[in-house]
Amino acid sequence: MEKAQFTSPWLPYLLLAPQMIIIAIFFLWPAAEAIRASFFLEDPFFGTATFVGLQNYSDAFAASDYQRTAWFTFVFVVLVSLISLGIGMMLAVSADRVLRGKGSYKTLLMWVYAIAPPVAGLIGVMLFDQHIGPLVEFVAYFGWDLQVGVDYWDTGFAMIVVATWKQVPYCFIFFLSGLQSIPTSVKEASAIDCRSETRRFWTITFPLLAPTTFFLLILNITYAMFETFGMIDQIVKDQPGNSPVTLVYKVFRDGFRGNDIGGSSAQSVILMILVLALTVAQFRLIERRIHYT
Amino acid sequence: MLRTTLLSAATAALVAGSANAQTEIVLWHAMGGQLGETVNALATQFNEAQADFAITPVYKGGYEDTLTATIAAFRAGEQPNIVQVFDAGAATIIGAEGAVIPAEDLIMGAGLAFDANDYIPGVRYFYADSSDKMVGMPFNSSTPILYYNVEALNQAGVEPPVTWEQFEEIAPALVEAGFVPLAQSHSPWIMTENFHSRHNLQFATNNNGFDGAEGTEILVNNDAIKTHFTKLKEWLDAGWYGYYGAGWGDNQTPFENGEVAMWLGSSASFGGLRNSTDFEFSATFLPYWEAITPEPVSTFIGGAALFAMSGHEDGENAGVAAFFDFLASAETQKFWHMETGYVPITQAAYDLTKESGYYEETPQAEVGTLQLTQAAADWNKGYRMGFYVQIRDVMNREYGRIFAGETDVESAFAVIEEEGNRLLERFAQTTN
Repeated sequence: MEKAQFTSPWLPYLLLAPQMIIIAIFFLWPAAEAIRASFFLEDPFFGTATFVGLQNYSDAFAASDYQRTAWFTFVFVVLVSLISLGIGMMLAVSADRVLRGKGSYKTLLMWVYAIAPPVAGLIGVMLFDQHIGPLVEFVAYFGWDLQVGVDYWDTGFAMIVVATWKQVPYCFIFFLSGLQSIPTSVKEASAIDCRSETRRFWTITFPLLAPTTFFLLILNITYAMFETFGMIDQIVKDQPGNSPVTLVYKVFRDGFRGNDIGGSSAQSVILMILVLALTVAQFRLIERRIHYT
Repeated sequence: MLRTTLLSAATAALVAGSANAQTEIVLWHAMGGQLGETVNALATQFNEAQADFAITPVYKGGYEDTLTATIAAFRAGEQPNIVQVFDAGAATIIGAEGAVIPAEDLIMGAGLAFDANDYIPGVRYFYADSSDKMVGMPFNSSTPILYYNVEALNQAGVEPPVTWEQFEEIAPALVEAGFVPLAQSHSPWIMTENFHSRHNLQFATNNNGFDGAEGTEILVNNDAIKTHFTKLKEWLDAGWYGYYGAGWGDNQTPFENGEVAMWLGSSASFGGLRNSTDFEFSATFLPYWEAITPEPVSTFIGGAALFAMSGHEDGENAGVAAFFDFLASAETQKFWHMETGYVPITQAAYDLTKESGYYEETPQAEVGTLQLTQAAADWNKGYRMGFYVQIRDVMNREYGRIFAGETDVESAFAVIEEEGNRLLERFAQTTN
């Protein structure tokens, strides 16, 4: 194997610098700032801060709804990640099989992804509106009195549906390209060996899609956790009331709506630690079982 | 070539010179849509009425977004001259001592006349400090009143209730006639804060919080309001009260659709209702419990006020004072009141509107002001509590849980008191 060597020892650092500077400015610095702010209570206007030690953390955990919010966040993240993964894969496999009009199917399925999150939230709000929502009228035929904003789990259901709907096309795109990278020779060989299409999918296609699935799983979790607060704000119409919310929504609410910088920072540091642990666990436990081709 | 450049430079200097004669003032506000148009109209009127100052209104999103943007701008030294801050955010901006110049000081400092007694009682002290000095200039003010569907009440053969006791008497007839008797759009504002003002009940220690954040505790866990919410839950179960969540619109829509017979909303909802309903509606005062007090008093306002930010030159501050003075004038207030439905903030403006005959055509528009001019008392000036946005969140959450049957009234109010006090304590620590 040929070995390439940099002529100057500084060159690699120089080439890395733009990326490193971006990480430092947009990630490390704000993260450090959040950690610092989480130990203070400060006047929002003047930034004069009182050191309060771990009080922001103990207050965050002591809030009577913290446990409930954490539990809903867990349910929300698991359901949104897995359901969008499942539907995305199903649609990709079906679209891959279609021979005629392939292009239009794909375009239509990807379309949703181009919708900006606030617009998706707004469409969700309209579909699930208590008084005029078509989905509410539809489920009323089956005797379900769906009341978003009043009933805890009805609201949660609406949030999960809208968040999943938004993420399905993203999964679809990646699964489709994943499917197309499976060599035809492998597919043909398996078709000769086994007649059952379902069996072929689970023994050949699915394992070969594993790297894509793993990648999407991590992205879906990040999405469900961090990128859905705008949509949630729209579904609860800026008044969370008794509705389920996620931990990140609470960070947003306390920090940007309530001007509680210390409390909001402490909550975001807790999340930072949680996500760090989750990512490490995922790579340790799941990635080992995945074979990259 | 050189000549043209010189010439254009000279022209540019001239243009700049004439523009400099007018002092620019920037106003950040949270009034979207039609209301925003009316704010622009006010600015135009002001700019045309005098030649020294030019005010530019800038829409910055919702109330919370505007306050957050102001805080960020203030920390960067780029704050606007005037900012609109809503009722629940008042403690944050007034608590940050030195961030704003009290409206009263500003107006009097500019040599203009100011007398707090010109303002109607329910408005006068809401944005004042502990010595009753007006800090924020009341801008869009409204108060909760009861709207009712005239046809629905006629059909049921009942009169609009003055007290909650009367409501209990008429509710069965309204149910009989096929209506949900009651809904309301803002449980913290209507059913909590103004429940206390209407019955003249103390809402927080430290003079309802006006005397400072240090040691202020919320007094929401009392028998009067607990009885009220016990009743609301009973009414909900009996079909006398409809709860459609914490959102404003979700509770207003069933009234507009004619499903709900009576709805508690803002006195400023009047204009919107006129466009969205196709039945005759009217309005009356916020009901009270005769069992709590036989003599109800004035409610206080909700909405927002304008605050003059510090850190600007005297010349600009003079412009802000002139604008505040213009806003408080009877003519301007009458225009604002009739365009938007917000109450006129001065007695003179109210009298002027009355003289114009406006209330004879639209008596509903007068109800809010009449309610705000009812008796003044110890505990209906307003309240001042920090992190109040979060406290309202806790209230809305616990009320939702009461109505969903997830908790009982007793534990819900214990939670509101405990979490409210923890938030107040945290807020007091920020203001040191």
